[in-house]
Amino acid sequence: MSRGAAFTGALVLALAVVLAFLTLPLVAIFLDVGPGDLVASLDDPGSVDALLLSVEVTAIALIVIVALGTPAAWLLATRSFPGRSVAITLVELPLVVPPAVAGIGLLAALGPQGLLGDALEQAGVELVFQTAGVVVALVFVASPFYVRQALAAFTALDPSLIEASRTLGAGDVRTFLRVALPGARAGLVAGGALAWGRALGEFGATLVFAGSLTGVTQTAPLAIYERFSADFTGALALSAVLVAASGAILLAVKPAGGSRVLGDARG
Amino acid sequence: MLAVEARTRLGDLDLGAAFEVGDSECLALAGPSGAGKTSLLRVAAGLLRPSRGTVRCGSQTWLDTERGIDLPPDRRRVGFLFQDYALFGHLSAWRNVAYGIAGVTRAERRSRAHQLLERFGLADRADARPATLSGGERQRVALARAVAREPELLLLDEPLSALDASTRARSSRALTELIGDAGVPAVIVTHDFEEAALLADRIAVIAAGSVVQTGTATELAAAPGSTFVADLTGAVVMTGAARARGDLTVVELEGGGSVTSTDSATGPVAVTVHPWEISLEPEDSDQAGSARNRIDVRVTSVTTVGNRVRVGLMGPQPMVAELTTPGAAGLALSPGTRAVAAFKATATRLVAR
Repeated sequence: MSRGAAFTGALVLALAVVLAFLTLPLVAIFLDVGPGDLVASLDDPGSVDALLLSVEVTAIALIVIVALGTPAAWLLATRSFPGRSVAITLVELPLVVPPAVAGIGLLAALGPQGLLGDALEQAGVELVFQTAGVVVALVFVASPFYVRQALAAFTALDPSLIEASRTLGAGDVRTFLRVALPGARAGLVAGGALAWGRALGEFGATLVFAGSLTGVTQTAPLAIYERFSADFTGALALSAVLVAASGAILLAVKPAGGSRVLGDARG
Repeated sequence: MLAVEARTRLGDLDLGAAFEVGDSECLALAGPSGAGKTSLLRVAAGLLRPSRGTVRCGSQTWLDTERGIDLPPDRRRVGFLFQDYALFGHLSAWRNVAYGIAGVTRAERRSRAHQLLERFGLADRADARPATLSGGERQRVALARAVAREPELLLLDEPLSALDASTRARSSRALTELIGDAGVPAVIVTHDFEEAALLADRIAVIAAGSVVQTGTATELAAAPGSTFVADLTGAVVMTGAARARGDLTVVELEGGGSVTSTDSATGPVAVTVHPWEISLEPEDSDQAGSARNRIDVRVTSVTTVGNRVRVGLMGPQPMVAELTTPGAAGLALSPGTRAVAAFKATATRLVAR
């Protein structure tokens, strides 16, 4: 056997191991318990509550992230100002902060004894052990996924499109709404899907900051954690729903057609 | 009437240029890429703010850095044709055109956009997305869009460069017509002297950020003010040292040989001669003819361009001759063939270096 063939064989083996390792747990969720049992255990009102809560809080979090993240990313993409690169790094910070640390940080900032605790109390805002607190935690951990992608999508726009819009009499606002947003749509949708996926799976920051109260702050991942020692089938059923949702997100984001292989671009 | 004056630093380039264009006049900014031509267009449109400068169009001042006036691009009535057309990919052809039409009802915008497309021969492509249009169609949509706002100034960046040869001819006629109809100053940026000659009334040659010579195409070709301008006009440029001999001038070429010219000059000069003034004769021919200049050359390339053949030559310095197709065939030219390049002393121009 030639060295080239041996090398290719080793690469194939490595890929096979990677694929098996990554897919086995997900496949197992569906194989471990029969589909009938899975559906039956979803009848548990607690599970349904957790799923509905997850849908509600991730939707609100996504709206907040898109509403604030889009203009912020546009500013970062189009204006150069002192501290711009620092700002970009700060936006990405939650990506590397462990979720539990994020939860502690949120408590220290927004909790009753936190930095802004008094101000929030006077304003009548309660976050800890409240659904609103879950949204805050989700926005914190998921927003970088959207803002990064939005920034990339805006910077990838052909600058002459923006300039063309300006020479055609459109001001800043109209150019942003009519040219930049539609032009960056694919990237914005992908960023939104990624952020939603991250929010849907959020566990640590939510648990530390908002707790795990059934029907109030117990999202699907928290419900799975609570269940898995006592009701493994119920935990599996919830997990199966989350896997299906995540899979759907991934499919929605993946562009149609195969991705490029190194060297393809050389004609 | 447009008057632009700009001074600014762009990377390694010191841009410092001024030009004026009359109503219904078309000025070409011609020069190599990186000379600052497009930057001057962008200054006029308000897309680039120079550190010092003025832009006046008609009775309005669009930019005056000393007085702190700088109108944003959307408040200057400019029709800008971008080099890659910059059509909005998410909008159909007619919506691209309608984008610049403001202050009228929706129905009015729609019908005006359709009228414009019809004028550019695109009535049946109104609902097509830019991605499905051909290069020539895309250019016409971009032109229709640029004039839709009834601009007071037309700025066209390399309007023909993205088109194939057959579309170019048709498109250049449409452009000339459009510029004539608009009745406003027009500025075209191009790196191609022939394109400039075809489209513009006057040409300003730009080199390294400055205007080096302005004139009609004929003036520039007949009396290039520098080697650079001569080179841009497509002339063969050879360098050497000139001295008078009788009422003619003899230039001893660098690399050997000499050229006789009816122009007068002394010292270091560039000899320019147009490729179509140079004829080729077989190596061993002894026919004298009236051409005073006969230089031994070797053929380096033979390229057919339409009904002409451009022959690359290596003599003391590189040269190019343009022959008719039958003329070239009669000589059986191929790379390596030895020949004599002949041209009259009256066909040469001397430019001091």
